[in-house]
Amino acid sequence: MDLVQLQRQLVDYKTSLYNEGFLDEQFTQLQELQDENNPDFVVEVVSLFFEDSERLLNELTKALEQQSVDFKRVDAHVHQLKGSSSSIGAQRVQKVCIAFRNYCEEQNIEGCVKCLQQVRHEYSLVKTKLESMFQLQQQILSAGGSIPM
Amino acid sequence: MAADSEFHVLAVDDSIIDRKLIERLLKTSSFQVTTVDSGSKALEFLGLHEDDGIINTNTPSVSPNNHQWCLQEVEVNLVITDYCMPGMTGYDLLKKIKESSSLKNIPVVIMSSENVPSRISRCLEEGAEEFLLKPVRLSDLNKLRPHMLKTKIKDHQEPEKQDKEEKQQQPQSNNNNRKAMEEGISTEKIRPRLNGITAMV
Repeated sequence: MDLVQLQRQLVDYKTSLYNEGFLDEQFTQLQELQDENNPDFVVEVVSLFFEDSERLLNELTKALEQQSVDFKRVDAHVHQLKGSSSSIGAQRVQKVCIAFRNYCEEQNIEGCVKCLQQVRHEYSLVKTKLESMFQLQQQILSAGGSIPM
Repeated sequence: MAADSEFHVLAVDDSIIDRKLIERLLKTSSFQVTTVDSGSKALEFLGLHEDDGIINTNTPSVSPNNHQWCLQEVEVNLVITDYCMPGMTGYDLLKKIKESSSLKNIPVVIMSSENVPSRISRCLEEGAEEFLLKPVRLSDLNKLRPHMLKTKIKDHQEPEKQDKEEKQQQPQSNNNNRKAMEEGISTEKIRPRLNGITAMV
């Protein structure tokens, strides 16, 4: 695939991520903070998000497996995940977190377990998509091209 | 002129993602930045120990093995802090700063992901200059400079008082042993402005 085709593919891919609600305006803000002096900013922040989310998802799984669930603790983890997904523009993850917190408030364990499944699913989707996007970007850069914004 | 345009902001947030973000936002706005991951670390950096009052004094009883940051040299022109943090909340930090005779003039800005009117008014009443909703945007940071400028002007209007205070706070020992910081800070990029003293990072 030639450079122009790659670049077009990237633009289309990004557009679809926004249209499908995987990413929102905040992701655009992140990209605008990247420049020649900080060329890896977006990848760095997103990598931090991946690490942190995986930690939180593990904590959530453990917390919901307890005999007596500590909903405050669960809520605290979800609050963190909601915050970090909002900070990078991972809109669908953020939305599930909102529903998740409501179930925590209601101390509804079934609802919480369902939300955990959902949030894991949304997280893995956005992770895959972002990784694909970064891969495309890397291909373009390696071919000597620049990333269309 | 150059000194006026270099403001140093202390950013406090327990989220590593948000710390990275606020750091980038602040640097893009041409501020110098130090980030810490808790209110208690923020107070330490500002030279205020929670229980013991001001750390940096000239009294010989102060052991060189303390967390002696010698940070009176570092001027912090604004503190921007997350509200929801484990342990000391942003509100608690705000209170401590405003209750401290040495720190109360430092403008404090609160950030929160939750738009709770009672929370906002509580913070503003306690002396916060601004309450920013997360995620914070570059445009939000344009609101910060006026608050920092105000303080600079105030400082210049009271030269005698300020000089006296500063002289008392300058450590006379050449104790340049800066203990390695606990992980929360040492992993961040710190660039304190130290007059002729090299920093250990």
